[in-house]
Amino acid sequence: MTARVVIVGNGMAGARLAGELHAREGDRKVTVLGAEPHRAYNRILLSTLLAGRIDEPDVELTEAAGHGVDLRSGVPVIAVDRSAREVRTDDGERIGYDHLVLATGARAVVPTLPGLDPANLPERVVPFRTLDDCRRILAAADGARSALVLGGGLLGLEAARGLAARGLATTVVHPREHLMERQLDPTAGAVLAGTLAGFGVSVQLGVSATGVAADASGVRLDLADGRSLHADLLVLSCGVRPDTALAQAAGLTVRRGVVVDDRLRTSDRSISAIGDCAEHDGVLTGLVAPAWAQAQVLADVLTGTDPLARYRPRPVVTRLKAAGIDLASMGDASSGGPDEELTFADPTRGTYARLRIRDERLIGAILLGDNPAVGTVIQLFDRGQPVPSDRRALLLGRALGAIGATPAASPALMPDAATVCQCNTVSKGALVRSWRSGARTVDAVVAATRAGTGCGGCRDAVSGIVDWLSQAESVEVTR
Amino acid sequence: MTLRADDAGVTVHPREFPTNRGGLCQKGWTAAELLDHPDRLTTPLVRDAATGELHPASWDTALDRVVAGIRAVQDDAGRDAVAVFGGGGLTNEKAYALGKFARIGLRTRNIDYNGRFCMSSAAAAGMRAFGIDRGLPFPLADLGRADTLLLVGANPAETMPPLVRWLTEQRRDGGKLIVIDPRVTATARQADLHLQPLPGTDLAVANALLHIALTEGWVDRAYVADRTTGFDAVRRGVAAWWPARAEQLSGVPVADLEATARALGTGGRVIILTARGAEQHAKGVDTVTAYVNLALALGLPGRDGSGYGCLTGQGNGQGGREHGQKADQLPGYRRIDDPAAREHVAGVWGVPADELPGPGVPAYQLLDSLGTPGGPRALLVFGSNPVVSAPRAARIEGRLRNLDLLVVADLLLSETAALADVVLPTAQWAEEDGTMTNLEGRVLRRRALRPPPPGVRTDLAIISDLAARLAEADVDPADANPASVRPAAVAAARFPADPAVVFAELRRASAGGAADYAGISWDRIDADDGVYWPCPTEDGPDTPRLFADRFATPDGRARFHPVDHRPAAEEVCVTYPLHFTTGRVLAQYQSGTQTRRVAALRRAAPEAFVELHPDLATRLGIDDGDPVRVTSRRGEFRAPARLSAGIRPDTVFAPFHYAGAGRANSVTNDAVDPISGMPEFKICAVRVEKA
Repeated sequence: MTARVVIVGNGMAGARLAGELHAREGDRKVTVLGAEPHRAYNRILLSTLLAGRIDEPDVELTEAAGHGVDLRSGVPVIAVDRSAREVRTDDGERIGYDHLVLATGARAVVPTLPGLDPANLPERVVPFRTLDDCRRILAAADGARSALVLGGGLLGLEAARGLAARGLATTVVHPREHLMERQLDPTAGAVLAGTLAGFGVSVQLGVSATGVAADASGVRLDLADGRSLHADLLVLSCGVRPDTALAQAAGLTVRRGVVVDDRLRTSDRSISAIGDCAEHDGVLTGLVAPAWAQAQVLADVLTGTDPLARYRPRPVVTRLKAAGIDLASMGDASSGGPDEELTFADPTRGTYARLRIRDERLIGAILLGDNPAVGTVIQLFDRGQPVPSDRRALLLGRALGAIGATPAASPALMPDAATVCQCNTVSKGALVRSWRSGARTVDAVVAATRAGTGCGGCRDAVSGIVDWLSQAESVEVTR
Repeated sequence: MTLRADDAGVTVHPREFPTNRGGLCQKGWTAAELLDHPDRLTTPLVRDAATGELHPASWDTALDRVVAGIRAVQDDAGRDAVAVFGGGGLTNEKAYALGKFARIGLRTRNIDYNGRFCMSSAAAAGMRAFGIDRGLPFPLADLGRADTLLLVGANPAETMPPLVRWLTEQRRDGGKLIVIDPRVTATARQADLHLQPLPGTDLAVANALLHIALTEGWVDRAYVADRTTGFDAVRRGVAAWWPARAEQLSGVPVADLEATARALGTGGRVIILTARGAEQHAKGVDTVTAYVNLALALGLPGRDGSGYGCLTGQGNGQGGREHGQKADQLPGYRRIDDPAAREHVAGVWGVPADELPGPGVPAYQLLDSLGTPGGPRALLVFGSNPVVSAPRAARIEGRLRNLDLLVVADLLLSETAALADVVLPTAQWAEEDGTMTNLEGRVLRRRALRPPPPGVRTDLAIISDLAARLAEADVDPADANPASVRPAAVAAARFPADPAVVFAELRRASAGGAADYAGISWDRIDADDGVYWPCPTEDGPDTPRLFADRFATPDGRARFHPVDHRPAAEEVCVTYPLHFTTGRVLAQYQSGTQTRRVAALRRAAPEAFVELHPDLATRLGIDDGDPVRVTSRRGEFRAPARLSAGIRPDTVFAPFHYAGAGRANSVTNDAVDPISGMPEFKICAVRVEKA
């Protein structure tokens, strides 16, 4: 099948799909139409860009290239003509498709507040979603000393951490009682707030915004409790909404997102949707991992590589990773019930862990701060594998493992069969026997037994045993 | 090491040399035990057609049988129907002679060697990045002064213990040692930081490390601009490997990835080394390339005290891959499909270039084609034991049994020799002169202490004699002109048995190649404690350090190649739910043909074992020491359980040194790397049960 696939959207989902298609069929005709004027870029790196640690080229992603691939940036699609199987771009071009994929993503939500017109935001008020948003924030942050972030979810906190890293005094305003309430319990939220405070990010919780006033000199955010906060810029991070306008206008089934089945098909068999714009089994994903999994399945189906491929959502792991903040949240860590629960809290050092186990499987976890087992916990949760019999391994990781866990026993307590020199399999008993046979120095014992002649790592242990032998009047060699 | 012989026999004495610094492990100390071992072969063996048994025979009988068998097969099925399989333990002279014998003695394209199972992925990655493949482009001693040393899939504390002296020194001087290994190995226990990824995810870990280096500003942009090409594609590729993504795949915590990247990105002298753990995968070349990309992005190769390198696995793992026993190669690390290389080597060999065969196929493909329609029907094996060492070994054993003629030259009756039609007893290391090239690209001497025992011949003598007999057999008696020089004498002169003569020719053949030995003489090796190639002239310098000014590419720049993670060739499933990986133990070596016969080594590591986590063992109802059966889609093996908290609960390990019921390679996967032909020894899916 060499039918032409047209992908609307060159974001993380659309660009990935083009790459997956191209990797499976090098001559596949793929047209990618990106509304943004940029190369495909990695949205996850925008907060790093905001923090000033990288430059714009560093957020670029690999784009499919080669025979059959037609990739156009800055070409918004304004309509889908399903009967003609064409899409229409904003400059009037009509592009025919055999299969159409909507990867239109999501748009930042601008809250309904006096002073905020979504179509005409003040210069110093910027949502945090796209590369262009990032540029506007950076322009506004230039010379600024303070910033407000409205919204204490994952993205808002990453933006706040990035702005704080640029030296701006940053305040997060969040209407709920604790940060990231969808991923965290109140204790974790409090520990996280403490960690953020250490980086110059202050937090206002449980208070809504009631209005915004902005001019060239700054921004004022009015709060429901009557206070007003002032800053040089305001970043909006109030969630996203799937961009379903095209699908809706084309008459596809749309609920919160464009409704798709396990094959990522919309209500029109010739049209699929993936990524943030798609709603599968009532769920909007909003994360990269599921979007890429969907791209993979759709590529398998469209190319016939695996016509039976089906999208099966995997449990979601949320990871906040900003300089100095290490947070992982997955599943349901805080529901009640008869499950096993493990907790560890060291708020002074910003560490908190809460894990729920049911039938020897992790059903949820919150890990904040220094949790050496975080990689293991994520894998066990992701793969549904049984948890360790010693549950402490989930909290302490390899601190409990083999590394450094075998302090050298005193020679007297060491069994004779214990191997002292691994390289030459020399036991303590063999060292003692060489002593009894007349070897009286470390060098003589080494010459007689070859202990310590390989990697040399046991030389101290051999010396210790020789010292012990030379101090002991008589040594009982028992076996 | 040095050897002394007296009435009591030969004894080994460690030598103070810059690589081992006077250290020897148990394998070295006991090496002399094999010289007079009762199992040693001292007469050729020929299989009796009637009884099917191997019987002692004279050399004449044995070699005539070999020549007749070769002739019969080649007359019937063409020259390529005879194949040669070499080894990374052979001296340079033997590797060279074997490649030459295949190409112009047998005139077959089908030659490859067990180094394909060892070094090929790192070699291919090095070639495409640097234009040259030398294990370490710097002296081993640099390890001792590295501020950060990253070992990827390397366990020298068991595989190369004297090397650990450098690691000890490195850490004593404040250096940081980081080890990436799915097991808590003896080496990992010494590390400041141990990353324990799921097998088969090393590539993703490398890409995440480079991702972090980019976001933290540790990439050496000036170096990348001045000394490399292709970075933008790699930069965009690793942009997709943010650390949390690699964490979910590999299980390595983001914080550990960051700490590793920091140590690599901010250390002064930084060395990254890979070994078989990263390389023995169907994506081995790409995995090594990912670490090479990281090293290049950090500006390490060519910087004093820094760089990327690979730890070789066999005694002559480096030299064995330079002089033509590899399917696609001619001496001096030349390509057999390069017209200029063919012209040069054919000139040294005194044949027209168009008489040289073209490239053959990589080792596994070669072994798997034996005795099949269109595949070789005769095989000559020197210094290798594929019945134990090949992946999917039961299948390869079957292929070997299907041959018309199997000839094995070995000092002991290895499992492969036991299947042979003709077994030729060969000399050992202490009985022959020659050279080896170590992991530093340093050419070293091997000196004979004593002649081989009666009845035993050197590999070079065998090759020489075979060549002469084949030439004789080629002559139609009716055409023979009694006045002319006998073809056998010509052939014998073309394949000298004297290693000094062979080395002199190797020098000429390698001249102008990447691995140029032209300026290396045995005297110079003796005088200088080894000579680093390339060394084009006798009075010019050798090359302890490569890449200071340029890389061995046409434009002098190193090449980045974008590489992406891909799943293992075989993933776990309900039926085969565990990852299986293989490796070595300290007291054994390779297929164990030699080490399993040394009493002290046998005592230290008597049999195979299956290492598994106590939690996994509990779920499977297995106690420490219980016999267990490990089954994959390709076969099974049995060995006692050894419980260890140092292995991931989703992974089991076994050493590959053992034969018979304990042969780990009965289950390993024969999927191979598309570039290097390296089989995927390090990961497959298995089921484990109490046997």
